[in-house]
Amino acid sequence: MNVISPRRLGLVHVPNVTLAHGGGGRAMKDLIDDVFLSAFGNSAPLEDQARVTLAELARHGDRLAFTTDSFVVDPLFFPGGDIGKLAICGTVNDLAVGGATPLFLSCAAIIEEGTNIELLRRVARSMAETAAQAGVQIVTGDTKIVQRGACDKLFLTTSGIGVIRADFCSGVHLAEPGDIVLVNGVLGDHGAAILCARGDMNLESPIESDCAPLHGLIDALITAAPGIRCLRDATRGGVATVLNEIAEASSTAIEIDESATPLREEVKAFCEILGLDPLYLANEGKIVVIAPPEQAQTALAALRAHNLGTEAAIIGLVTNAPAGRVTMQTIFGGRRIVDMLVGEQLPRIC
Amino acid sequence: MKYVDEFRDSEKARILAAEIAALTARMAIPPRRPLHIMEVCGGHTHSIFRYGIEQMLPKEIELIHGPGCPVCVLPMGRVDDCISIAERPGVIFATFGDAMRVPGSRKTLLQAKAGGADVRMVYSPMDALTLARNNPARQVVFFGLGFETTMPSTALTILQAEAEGITNFFIFCNHITIVPTLRAILESPELQLDGFIGPGHVSMVIGTTPYDFIAADYAKPVVVAGFEPLDILQSIWMVLKQIAEGRVEIENQYARVVATNGNAAALAAVARVYELRDFFEWRGLGSIDHSGVKLRDSYAAYDAEKKFIVPNIKIEDPKACQCGEVLKGQIKPWQCGVFGTSCTPESPLGALMVSSEGACAAHYQYGGARQPVEMR
Repeated sequence: MNVISPRRLGLVHVPNVTLAHGGGGRAMKDLIDDVFLSAFGNSAPLEDQARVTLAELARHGDRLAFTTDSFVVDPLFFPGGDIGKLAICGTVNDLAVGGATPLFLSCAAIIEEGTNIELLRRVARSMAETAAQAGVQIVTGDTKIVQRGACDKLFLTTSGIGVIRADFCSGVHLAEPGDIVLVNGVLGDHGAAILCARGDMNLESPIESDCAPLHGLIDALITAAPGIRCLRDATRGGVATVLNEIAEASSTAIEIDESATPLREEVKAFCEILGLDPLYLANEGKIVVIAPPEQAQTALAALRAHNLGTEAAIIGLVTNAPAGRVTMQTIFGGRRIVDMLVGEQLPRIC
Repeated sequence: MKYVDEFRDSEKARILAAEIAALTARMAIPPRRPLHIMEVCGGHTHSIFRYGIEQMLPKEIELIHGPGCPVCVLPMGRVDDCISIAERPGVIFATFGDAMRVPGSRKTLLQAKAGGADVRMVYSPMDALTLARNNPARQVVFFGLGFETTMPSTALTILQAEAEGITNFFIFCNHITIVPTLRAILESPELQLDGFIGPGHVSMVIGTTPYDFIAADYAKPVVVAGFEPLDILQSIWMVLKQIAEGRVEIENQYARVVATNGNAAALAAVARVYELRDFFEWRGLGSIDHSGVKLRDSYAAYDAEKKFIVPNIKIEDPKACQCGEVLKGQIKPWQCGVFGTSCTPESPLGALMVSSEGACAAHYQYGGARQPVEMR
């Protein structure tokens, strides 16, 4: 994108958003300038669309990856992250698990009337920091203001474009009997951190969200073990849900070993107190990896060599029957089925 | 994790499972008439499925999943009454989360909330009292639910409201009591039970002596059990041992929590606040005499049934639903005609599919939608 002469960015001088900031006039321009453009450092002239040269994309691979995700997490700020960081990581990770290099993001914000401007600035700065860390640019966006009660403070939607490296082909349907199941570290931190942060349970805990951009880890993993069958980020519904999706799509069975699943002691205790199953708790920085048996150890070593995978572990095995079913060897020595999440989802965790 | 891992030790479990298998073999139980042991409490049902305990038992022992999930046995008419209270203007209706999805005749509390009723999920009746304190212009109704386990906390909350002079706090009392229910199960002619795993949390409150009649009048062994998998396995072994030795006793495996005479302070609060109802309606089991409690007249000011007019209409259980037979152990969850088809945890027809402590939901979640795969 061309850099033309830098223009002076507008500023908001009131503490809270009003409907005037959504009216399309000067107030709206000031809000976008002050909150978003100043944080994102984007100096291109504002157009209705971002423009990307195809040649630039083609340098990274041979297929385009495109994804979108909305973020309504409550509370907006939580230990280990905030809605802005989450909105970048979520979309970056959705691209990365397909083997794509994440490149460009859009950001749409729906803001409730009365929301504090400084809160919005903090969120935008967090988005900018995370985007820089992930090596992606936020190139287009939109802002809408709705009246009080029509949304809860701030909802974000990010869409992302990435390019898939030419040497990598993956899919949930490609898991085969004999394949090995890995994860890149302790499970359930994000779900537990959000539930604690809400304060409903009067529990205090040191648990932080694992929210992180995983493109670097995944790139290192694919480079070391290019035969990886599939990668999924274990967000809502947790590892249990992802494993069920893989078993179903590939008509295989998956057996996991409860004693091999990495869990933080605090998360274990948290789940004991509340009667939750950590396999269903959301993660925002954890992937499930299905690796062919001959590359499993290489994959494990590659994960552990990265700072977001030091506690990576092999947790199970793909078998052939019964198709579509996930079972777990319990720590007690029994076996049980790990089904898709049923019953109440814990609402608004991402 | 300390004080948890010890009760989930797989090596101890293996030894205990081997003991159970050896004892069963010595007892020469005919395969066409396996021993039926009922775990009364939904918490036990959940643990049994979660840890795969049934897979560790010989075929000659069958666990029957009893009526001890208070959410599951709540009849549709009472859910309708809840909704009618919750939909009144000015009311905040506070409930434990697992009651939100119990189907009434027309909708659930969750659907009522989506339609605009102010329904709040709480973790304790004290949280509901806090809502009342913080919203003096609103009428806060707590959905009192559960056996003797939760009865004392509701009672103590009423006593606290009285002490603080809070007048906008009410209880919709649906508490139920275990002993008449056990008696009704034992009186049921179709039932072939050989012993009971007694409820741990209920017994923490009431003690073990209230079960003496089960041994004295019905000659069935009872072992009050804890909720960790080793607790349950050991209790099964203790029931078996009683049967093998021809003993009929009330034994307490959960002595680290349960005292013979229960908890005196909790029982005093219960006696002060509640009295027995003449009868209470159970989903799947029908009406059972003296199986529910209501607030005493001296606490009428806190009684939502007195404050609000509730429709109080008895609604028949859906015809296709066989919760009653499952509750009494006559059929297995997967033998019900609608299990996993028109009755699933996403859209439960019968109560046993609603709560994760219900036999059908536990079976569905941990055992699969059809008859479980052979995993022995």
